[in-house]
Amino acid sequence: MIHSLFLINHSGDIFLEKHWKSVISRSVCDYFFEAREKAVDPENVPPVLQTPHHYLISIYRGKLFFLSVIQTEVAPLFVIEFLHRVADTIQDYFGECSEGIIKDNIVTVYELLEEMLDNGFPLATESNVLKEMIRPPTILRSVVNTLTGSSNVGDTLPTGQLSNVPWRRAGVKYTNNEAYFDVIEEIDAILDKSGTTVFAEIQGVIEACVRLTGMPDLTLSFMNPRLLDDVSFHPCVRFKRWESERVLSFIPPDGNFTLMNYHVSSQNLVAIPVYVKQSISFFETGPCGRLDITIGPKQTMGKTVENMMVTIHMPKAVLNANLTATQGTYTYDLTTKVLVWDIGKLNPQKLPNLRGSLSTQVGVPKPEDNPSLNIDLKIQQLAISGLKVSRLDMYGEKYKPFKGVKYLTKAGKFQVKMLCTAHFSTNWRSEYI
Amino acid sequence: MLDSNKDSLKLEAMKRIVAMIARGKNASDLFPAVVKNVACKNIEVKKLVYVYLVRYAEEQQDLALLSISTFQRGLKDPNQLIRASALRVLSSIRVTIIVPIMMLAIKEAASDMSPYVRKTAAHAIPKLYSLDPEQKDQLIEVIEKLLADKTTLVAGSVVMAFEEVCPERIDLIHKNYRKLCNLLIDVEEWGQVVIINMLTRYARTQFLNPNINEGSGGDKTFYGSDEDEDEDEEEKEKNPYVMDPDHRLLLRNTKPLLQSRNAAVVMAVAQLYFHLAPKAEVGVIAKALVRLLRSHSEVQYVVLQNVATMTIKRRGMFEPYLKSFYIRSTDPTQIKVLKLEVLTNLANETNISTILREFQTYIKSMDKDFVAATIQAIGRCATNIGEVRDTCLNGLVQLLSNRDELVVAESVVVIKKLLQMQPEKHSDIIKHMAKLTDNIQVPMARASILWLIGEYCEHVPKIAPDVLRKMAKSFTNEEDIVKLQIINLAAKLYLTNSKQTKLLTQYVLNLAKYDQNYDIRDRARFIRQLIVPTEKSGALSKYAKKLFLALKPAPVLESPFKDRDHFQLGSLSHLLNAKAGGYQELPDWPEAAPDPSVRNVEVKDSVRAVGTVTFRDTGGLWDLQGPQKVEGKSDSASGSESGSGSEESGSGSESVESEEGSESEEEEEDEEEKNKKKKKKELKKPVQETLTILHLVLCLQTIAPSSALKNYELLHRITGEGLSVEYCFSRQPFSPDANMVAVQMQFTNNATSDTKNLHMEDVKLQSGMRVKEFPEIGDINVAVIKNKRSRSCSKFFVSIQPPVGELMRPIFLTENEFKKEQGQLMGMNEITEKLTLDAKCRNEHAIVQRVTTAANLSRVPCGSDKECRFAGRTVTSSSLVLVTVATKEEGAAQLTVNCEKMLIGTMLVKDILLALTQ
Repeated sequence: MIHSLFLINHSGDIFLEKHWKSVISRSVCDYFFEAREKAVDPENVPPVLQTPHHYLISIYRGKLFFLSVIQTEVAPLFVIEFLHRVADTIQDYFGECSEGIIKDNIVTVYELLEEMLDNGFPLATESNVLKEMIRPPTILRSVVNTLTGSSNVGDTLPTGQLSNVPWRRAGVKYTNNEAYFDVIEEIDAILDKSGTTVFAEIQGVIEACVRLTGMPDLTLSFMNPRLLDDVSFHPCVRFKRWESERVLSFIPPDGNFTLMNYHVSSQNLVAIPVYVKQSISFFETGPCGRLDITIGPKQTMGKTVENMMVTIHMPKAVLNANLTATQGTYTYDLTTKVLVWDIGKLNPQKLPNLRGSLSTQVGVPKPEDNPSLNIDLKIQQLAISGLKVSRLDMYGEKYKPFKGVKYLTKAGKFQVKMLCTAHFSTNWRSEYI
Repeated sequence: MLDSNKDSLKLEAMKRIVAMIARGKNASDLFPAVVKNVACKNIEVKKLVYVYLVRYAEEQQDLALLSISTFQRGLKDPNQLIRASALRVLSSIRVTIIVPIMMLAIKEAASDMSPYVRKTAAHAIPKLYSLDPEQKDQLIEVIEKLLADKTTLVAGSVVMAFEEVCPERIDLIHKNYRKLCNLLIDVEEWGQVVIINMLTRYARTQFLNPNINEGSGGDKTFYGSDEDEDEDEEEKEKNPYVMDPDHRLLLRNTKPLLQSRNAAVVMAVAQLYFHLAPKAEVGVIAKALVRLLRSHSEVQYVVLQNVATMTIKRRGMFEPYLKSFYIRSTDPTQIKVLKLEVLTNLANETNISTILREFQTYIKSMDKDFVAATIQAIGRCATNIGEVRDTCLNGLVQLLSNRDELVVAESVVVIKKLLQMQPEKHSDIIKHMAKLTDNIQVPMARASILWLIGEYCEHVPKIAPDVLRKMAKSFTNEEDIVKLQIINLAAKLYLTNSKQTKLLTQYVLNLAKYDQNYDIRDRARFIRQLIVPTEKSGALSKYAKKLFLALKPAPVLESPFKDRDHFQLGSLSHLLNAKAGGYQELPDWPEAAPDPSVRNVEVKDSVRAVGTVTFRDTGGLWDLQGPQKVEGKSDSASGSESGSGSEESGSGSESVESEEGSESEEEEEDEEEKNKKKKKKELKKPVQETLTILHLVLCLQTIAPSSALKNYELLHRITGEGLSVEYCFSRQPFSPDANMVAVQMQFTNNATSDTKNLHMEDVKLQSGMRVKEFPEIGDINVAVIKNKRSRSCSKFFVSIQPPVGELMRPIFLTENEFKKEQGQLMGMNEITEKLTLDAKCRNEHAIVQRVTTAANLSRVPCGSDKECRFAGRTVTSSSLVLVTVATKEEGAAQLTVNCEKMLIGTMLVKDILLALTQ
């Protein structure tokens, strides 16, 4: 299975290595560096590489490469999923997963890796279990540690592996018992040049933060579970109950976790919260072009749209942009050719507009590629699919917990194809129909 | 600092050393100083020392041996976690000398009572195997033993070990197959992946191809029409295929795992369905796979590769999700290209217009590699779907005026391929392309145009020589592939139109003769010999025209993912399209199914059976799935139970030895128990500990409904000092001896302490009786039991008196057979009694219920509704027992028993009478 792991930073330095079987020289990474050079963009490095004696499977997270070395046949997804789990665990422990953080906590990370795999096979990956074996650092503890000289390794032996519920540690105690659930939905959509929806769907996730004493058994039910088309669960959810009664019944892990992911059935029409009127044109004659974008609310269910942000990847030929925005600010990055327009709150009375001229390179033919426009937005207190949690019940414990549900809608991969009235008037679409 | 007395200093030193290891710096010089601390009391230091040892033991073998004794001591520690970690470190030290020690430790740990230690043992197996492959045989024994383990914690790890050590020993799986299927959902995620992959291979060797009736039709549907698929369906209905229930069990139990959050598990189930499920059912995986496309880009990459392979075989499956494969401008290029591949595979007559419209927007993307791939994809769609060929061609021709050279070049190459299919119609396109030679600089495109003109020079007789003229002018500045094509063009023109081009050809050949590239010089020499007739030139020149202007078959544009499905999907080998080390071939379906009975689990020795005890947090309540004659459904009983409350399904399972008392067939027998008690420390108040022998009523194989088991008391809890014993007749065939009757005993401990060493002593039997003793029941080990307090032994005299009805086994007779047999058992052998039925028992159902409860008989079908008939044989002498209950008005009834053993007959009449009147 997984033989070794190398952590490589953006500039190609190996700053952590861990071997679960015999040691493999880090020269094996050279093959990876070669592929990395070739790919230009770090996202384009093939996740699976073949070298004469080994296979390299890597992921790219937080500007770091997690590169694992494999010697024999193994399901690639198994390794990829595990590497992501490692990154998740580091994030969970230290708040973020970056080179600096890992370097600062290198011993803890090394011990974590030691616990997570045994002989290349995953041993303990549940964060609840790991946290019992190796305690996450806190500011208070790091102060105490420097004074007393103890480390983050648990003094008592963990019982987690042996508790009845592998994902929950035993003996949890809180003075305030709380359970919060965040229903977060993302709209993925591709809109046509004319504003019609090419493709739209809603992805939802329920993030939970449960701090309850003892071994609570929770049941979460929905007003309209039929909306949910495709679901995936945290292992704690009892699938049979879901199949028969459409309720989520589970003994939660302690702390933060993702309870379920869902997808809202595509039969329901997806409400698109905003509309975009846009045009971009380049003149054949001079080295300039025009841009005009207006955004307005469409189906927002009476809620305000916040954190509006528009990102456009301009064609390479565009040198600079000279625009005026009626609301918010815009920036144009000259090197990456990215135009970002930060609008903020969307005011239905006064629609935000961005217009102005673009200067293009002299002597270069008119850009012919169509830029596309990515939209980012947030709507508080609304799940755009209409999903509602009806109740949360707790069994197995006597106290009354404090319960709360929050809804949030975000734009996921929300893309509008831009209308580009450049040189290319020959539109051969009609011929297909 | 390591020599310091202070733990804090040691710890600081160890931390620095481990940090060095993590950064990849050499810290092996410090080995002697570190190894000294292996016995350190401080657990934090100890942990870090272990980390160090595992890393450097291989390099410093002699010194590493110093630490071994510490681990050996650790293996005997009462704390299971210390045992486990000692084994883990010991097995991670790659020093050959300690192989025997490791072997011993693994063997011991494999029978450890803690499942966590057993799991560690399973992990240690592949480690030892890689260190010394000669231990294989012994290790297989351990694996076999661990495979039989019923805890979910162990299952994943042991299958992993199985895969690494002896994947070819598929026979080891037979007995555990059903158990693995049923445990699957509760195994941790990583174990699930490994088990599912292994079971896929297993199922391929053991079951028949569910799509067998469809023949090779499935392959032909590649780019075929939908009608083919419909035909397949019909064909399937004609010859019903019966799926092995075990095959069905696997499919049913893996399906919920499609909802797992772990992409690897979902993929594993998807490949299982793809390889094993009937065609109609494979569709369920599509939705789950599409869901994975929203995951990290690396996951997308792998999933798309697999989807691409699946779409070739089963296009219909993903068609509803077409839009999910639409490309976003933010996708990395490699993902875009893969999505394009999938879209191309999905294209058919109905959706081609939408797909092409989508492609059209892609062409304007900024990502040039992607644009090139899109043009290729359009080309493939055009070759595969005849209707749109012309539109595609026109679209591509328009692309020729694109400003980007790469786009143009790619289009030219694709157009060339398309034109080859029907060149006659498209001479104007060829003309158009000929004009392009002035502008296009990309060598591959130029070469393609030249080739086209040469190949179809008859369609453009006027232009071709002109093109050659231009090319001849620029010959020296061209790239090599272009030069070669110029020579080709010249040769072809010379053959068809020698009048106009003779001089030009000579000129080109002369230029080529002095070219730097030897390929070009060779080609020129070869062609000159072939086409220019000289005295020396042989017979070949006659055939020159045939050689050059032969009709060339159109190239087939096909997916690079075709035929990749001979690799198991989801595997590394499939992804690389090359066999990776250690890849296990997915076997073909067998022609005929191997014997399915190998998976039947028999209780080899029914006196000892290993049950699963699950611990509920509601108090010390123990469920013991005791002696079972496991047959098919039996495991699903435990499966459904653990599903109902997942607190039981966790890891707290313990194996406990239980027993099944068995005894001779006649009436009485004595039995004594010896009790020892110990106290449970954790639970302060008296705990009721019940050993419930869950009798498996689901044994469908037996004829009689055995649901009506009656419990008899053997020992009351007051006389038994807290121990009460109940027994019942399980009505199961007793496998070691068919002439014996099985008695099942249930021990309930109501005392405050535990019971130990239960066994039989001084059995007094009546004549003609035999008893098979059960071995002593060992103490019931529970991890939480700490304080053992023994008391003196106690003996109890008990006796078991089986009712006569239990001494028979049901047999199946038809009505006619029954009547015939009854006719032979008249007179002395027949006993008739009149009775009045109990008020509650006047319907047929109640009568059957009561009679079968009283006696182990099976019902005989009967024409009239006034009569109920039952049949059976005595267990020892196999003499026939026939019972008839004829009902009349107002509860009056007549009972008739025919049996050649008169004693049994009379006793049975009494018993049944009692049962029916009360």
